[in-house]
Amino acid sequence: MMGRIQFPSTGGRGTDMEDKVIEVNFGPQHPSTHGVLRIKVKLDGEIIVDAQPVIGYLHRNAEKLAEMGAYPKGMIYIDRLDYVAALNMELGYVLAVENLMDVQVPERALWIRQMMVELNREASHLIWLGTHGLDMGMLTPFFYCFRERERILRIFDEITGSRLLYNYFAIGGVYSDITPKAIDMIKEWTEDFGTKLEEIQSILGKSYIYVSRTKGVGTLSAEDVLSYGVTGPMQRASGIKRDLRKDSPYLFYDKVNFDVPYRTEGDVYARFLVRIEEMRQSIKIVKQVLEKLPQGDFYNKKYSKPMLVRLKATGESYVPTESPKGEFGIHLIGDGSSIPYRVRIRSPSFANLSSIPTMLKGYKIADLTAAVSSIDPVFGEVDR
Amino acid sequence: MSDSILVTSLDEALKWGTGKSLWPFTFGLACCAIEMMSAMGSDYDWARFGSDVFRDSPRHSDLMIVSGTVTKKMAPRIRRLYDQMAFPKFVISMGACASAGGPYVRGYSVVDGVDQVVPVDVYVYGCPPRPEALIQALKMLQDRIVAGRVKH
Ligand code: SF4
Repeated sequence: MMGRIQFPSTGGRGTDMEDKVIEVNFGPQHPSTHGVLRIKVKLDGEIIVDAQPVIGYLHRNAEKLAEMGAYPKGMIYIDRLDYVAALNMELGYVLAVENLMDVQVPERALWIRQMMVELNREASHLIWLGTHGLDMGMLTPFFYCFRERERILRIFDEITGSRLLYNYFAIGGVYSDITPKAIDMIKEWTEDFGTKLEEIQSILGKSYIYVSRTKGVGTLSAEDVLSYGVTGPMQRASGIKRDLRKDSPYLFYDKVNFDVPYRTEGDVYARFLVRIEEMRQSIKIVKQVLEKLPQGDFYNKKYSKPMLVRLKATGESYVPTESPKGEFGIHLIGDGSSIPYRVRIRSPSFANLSSIPTMLKGYKIADLTAAVSSIDPVFGEVDR
Repeated sequence: MSDSILVTSLDEALKWGTGKSLWPFTFGLACCAIEMMSAMGSDYDWARFGSDVFRDSPRHSDLMIVSGTVTKKMAPRIRRLYDQMAFPKFVISMGACASAGGPYVRGYSVVDGVDQVVPVDVYVYGCPPRPEALIQALKMLQDRIVAGRVKH
């Protein structure tokens, strides 16, 4: 809990500090980079003078490839942006396309979407929690989190037929209805996930080492957050209570009851608490969706599967949604053909990652992994 | 020498030992890495097959699982990491991307297949492959090592 050290400091070694600054590479292969991030770290002794992220090691031209096929074909590239929360990505795209084409979606489909998205938010946060534990030198949370995550994945497997990348949301609805077995599985999950979460939280939160390595580390002030465009749990941990689900509700978020957790400290520990609390709120949302789920169609009969590829659109639409990482937006431009003219992706991890220099300056090198993993970057989305 | 009993059985023992104690290299590239983590995790628990020791340094490990899209920017780094691994070393190419470019094969920045950079022992298909498929690949590799049917 050393906190930030102001520069210039001599580091206790006289005034010739300038010569003593060395540059160290962190990544692109490192267990704590959550993928392929490279950070150029300038060190004065143990203290970070400057840190610059280098990205692009997973640049897969998602935007351009999505512009090469019909509207529903872009979905597979959108799926693979934030691959731990694929349904959240799909939702952004599908809402943007429906907005562009004025597609009506049956109520049941919207409720199903909302529930699936919240379940996927849980899965994403569980991965974060597990790997964050690994980065802080704790192996146990990883196994606990993956045990819980597998239960969610089994639900997805039952409903969508795949474990990680689903391609489940279709223009005008969803591809398959939820089965009674899936509903039972979800009910069972909502009942005891709360206590499991408590258990996982206590492993980390009651550990003196974890708390002292995260409190007061990697702080971002509210001004920093606004100037970098940081969104999501990171923003809410810095005292800005902004959640698109509350502020500009899409789907049926205005019809369910949930809170937006926020903290004011802006450090790694605050982000941990905000994410855990978000998971609790997601359970609440899933429970309410199960109660309110209406009967009816799960897709708009006007948009049957074979004709989806022939849909044409003109105009522009931008739909921001709240993904587990922050504000995820898709900007679509249609030129009247069945292929989108432009698919622009506003990816939250990219903006969040740009705050690394401010977040790390003045801390010890040992705080680097804590700070980087608290961002929860996913490189499919950063590099696109 | 080669027909002496001692050498042959030592050889066999070595092969058996190598096969049953592969130390994988923690090296996640993209989406497939999440499924690799699932295979390591509680449900699939691939420590059962003797390769639970995930090492963070290439110098400690003898199995590289290329799990994800190989971009032109990353390819030289993969080669460098492969070169840093000590012999005997094996490579599993996990997923459509690492095997042949996958859905991104038309992209300008994607290498179509990691086998253009490093020699591959086992390919796993799927996008992403399920953890069971990865475990099967591991078993296949082990069997081949024990039978002496590997290239290096
Ligand atoms: S094969 Fe599929 S899941 Fe695996 S890295 Fe490529 S796109 Fe992702």
